[in-house]
Amino acid sequence: MMGATAISVSGLVKTFGPTRALDGLDLQVRTGEVHGFLGPNGAGKTTTIRILLGLLRADAGQAELLGGDPWRDATALHRRLAYVPGDVTLWPNLSGGEVIDLLGRLRGGLDPKRRADLLERFDLDPRKKARTYSKGNRQKVALIAALASDVELLLLDEPTAGLDPLMEASFREVIADERHGGRTVLLSSHILAEVEALCDRVSIIRAGRVVESGTLAELRHLTRTSITAELANPPDGLVELAGVHNLVLDGTRVHFQVDTARLDEALRRLSAAGVRSLTSQPPTLEELFLRHYQTEQVATPAGDGQPTREGER
Amino acid sequence: MSGFTGTGQLFRLALRRDRIVATAWILGLFLYAYSQAASIIALYPTQADLDKLARTAAGVGANPAVVALQGPAYDASTYGGATAWQLVTPWVFLIGLMSLLLVTRHTRQEEETGRAELVSAGVVGRYAWLAASLLFVLAANVVLVAITALAFIAMGLPVTGSIMLVVDCGLGGLVFAGVAAITGQVTQYARPANGMAFAVLGAAFLLRAIGDSATELSWLSWLSPIGWAERFRPFAGEQWWVLLLPLALLLVLLVAVAALLVRRDVGAGVLPVRLGPPAAPPWLRSPLALTWRLQRGALLGWTIGSAIAGLSFGAIAQDMVQAAAEDPETAKMLARLGGAGSITDIFLAAILSWLGMLAAAYAVQATLRLHAEETELRAEQVLATAVPRTGWAGSHLLVAAVGSAVVLATGGLVAGVAHGLRAGDLGGELPRVLGGALVQLPAVWVMAGIGAALFGLLPRLVVGGTWAVLAVVLSITTFGEPLGLDRWALDLSPFAHLPRLPAAAFTAAPLAWLLAITAVLAAAGLAGFRRRDLVSTA
Repeated sequence: MMGATAISVSGLVKTFGPTRALDGLDLQVRTGEVHGFLGPNGAGKTTTIRILLGLLRADAGQAELLGGDPWRDATALHRRLAYVPGDVTLWPNLSGGEVIDLLGRLRGGLDPKRRADLLERFDLDPRKKARTYSKGNRQKVALIAALASDVELLLLDEPTAGLDPLMEASFREVIADERHGGRTVLLSSHILAEVEALCDRVSIIRAGRVVESGTLAELRHLTRTSITAELANPPDGLVELAGVHNLVLDGTRVHFQVDTARLDEALRRLSAAGVRSLTSQPPTLEELFLRHYQTEQVATPAGDGQPTREGER
Repeated sequence: MSGFTGTGQLFRLALRRDRIVATAWILGLFLYAYSQAASIIALYPTQADLDKLARTAAGVGANPAVVALQGPAYDASTYGGATAWQLVTPWVFLIGLMSLLLVTRHTRQEEETGRAELVSAGVVGRYAWLAASLLFVLAANVVLVAITALAFIAMGLPVTGSIMLVVDCGLGGLVFAGVAAITGQVTQYARPANGMAFAVLGAAFLLRAIGDSATELSWLSWLSPIGWAERFRPFAGEQWWVLLLPLALLLVLLVAVAALLVRRDVGAGVLPVRLGPPAAPPWLRSPLALTWRLQRGALLGWTIGSAIAGLSFGAIAQDMVQAAAEDPETAKMLARLGGAGSITDIFLAAILSWLGMLAAAYAVQATLRLHAEETELRAEQVLATAVPRTGWAGSHLLVAAVGSAVVLATGGLVAGVAHGLRAGDLGGELPRVLGGALVQLPAVWVMAGIGAALFGLLPRLVVGGTWAVLAVVLSITTFGEPLGLDRWALDLSPFAHLPRLPAAAFTAAPLAWLLAITAVLAAAGLAGFRRRDLVSTA
């Protein structure tokens, strides 16, 4: 039952005691895309993924994963997906290689060639006991176990949090390969550069709700471009122009941000004044992200999948 | 002496850090010694009683199993001598255990966690860390033996003899602080460092166990620091020169550890880190296989413990007849253990009940592994694969159930063989004792079932709740009848419903009830676990 959507979630609610971790979350991930799941710690990313894995049960709302019910059909669905937790803990007296094989086999088998290839790409010694691995190396163990399995869907919860820049680059290469191979990836992250580099579409989550969702181009359209220009004459009519923000005029130097929809008109006014030099910065995801988080500092950050004692108080 | 700069401050740090752990050790070991001496004084109020004890010691003391566990009796005709007979061997072993654990805790564990690195970057000499740790353990030993000596003197034991006894034991134990200092240099991690030091301690105990119980091999005892502590002969004509042996060995160990220390980097070990296999063995492919891999070490440990308990109880069961014949108090005490039948059978039924409680503790510990795996987030990774929840939880329950049967059967087998050989009727006694051990199983499983039910239904209470229930059950079973509890209270313990084999006849009905209760508890636990959220922090 492979539809066009790999993950379809609507109105998902999950509370831990008085804490509302998910507050009507909607999320659509299309088959074959790399979907960025962006949000700060505590926004509800891990809780969402744990519900998709059938580890937690939603209080309300619908969730469909690979055409099945994540709670009821958990075991059958888990054959078709692999999961890398954000906080990887391993059995201290098993070697990394043993853990990789074990998790792969429990999932239904793994490709030995791909396993060897990934061990090399991530530069991991599989003979070391898990006790001796650093956080980054534990994450590599879980990543290799997941990526060497022949599955349709990868659920990755902040998988690069402990990786060094070199390994982060390897990770991006591997995920790019996965996308070409047609696998669906849900990549939860708070590293914007990573999401920008890897993802086809992005959902931004805040306080248990998805506040923005779409392709990067669509999201950029909603944001502003920064312009710095050196002009021949002082410009006319910039101040009144709708969509221009934070204008700084210093004689013939001008700096402002403009809504992407109004960019064309703003540039026309600049060229009328005679452009000597111009720098324009496209909106970064970071700006988009910060805008959502700075405009309204909600005082109740939901627990990020932490049904802890605090949550139950 | 710049190599020792900062030793004093690190010593105070150790005091601050370990004020609870070390105090608990010292208090526990003190109470152990105190209760040994106090019970001898209470049980043998007159010199005539003591003389009888000395004769029994010569009789029981000829029993190789008793000697193997407790060491030789040199002169049990004085309070001091009888106390030394009871105390020295196990006490030196325990002081050695305390010393080695504390040394590893303050040396290798500090390096493993990286805390030592932080401190070593300050104005701290190369030897300061180790010196402070050893001083700390020395201080712990000095405090322990000092308060013990004071207590002995206050109880009326001779002053010089008391001091010599505790100094002898303290020195024997301190040797193992030196051993742990060495193993802490050799490996990079605290666990193997403790493991190696404990292996040396176990070997020392075993060498003297063989040497003490087999006269033709008695030279083996001279290879063991625990054997030296015995051969110092406290309260039985002290052999002063024997004290030179632990002192000399300690000196050698300290020189060796200093030499090793300067040859390695901070955080590293002398031995390279042992690597594991690069791939999993073919059998490691199911939740049950993983559970077995995780739990087999603990099962082995409990099984060995059960075998030792079975040996020590089984070997003396026959002597109880003689003891009871000589002493009406002993006979009365045995009769209070309950049941009909011969005194030997009553005693056997009691020790098999103790084995059952040991197995219950194992079963609870094995069941609670479920909770540890869940809260430490390792279960999450397994359950995110194609493993159903019941399969994962069921595999741990299966290991707990089968494992407790193994623990019981081993203890029963060893007790049966030991008792059968002493009684000269191995073929007759072994099946009776083994059967009496295995009949405990349904009650043991009820305890595991309570753990399973709490795990599924009230996961936040599972650890404290299950251990509390076990503690109550063990207390009722052990002290309920002597305390004169009401029948209904006694009946709360599943062990109360077991037929007291071999002292009583076999009845199947209560066993069937206990099995049914176990099944209901386990099913409720699994059903609850299938329906609930996974817990991600303890």
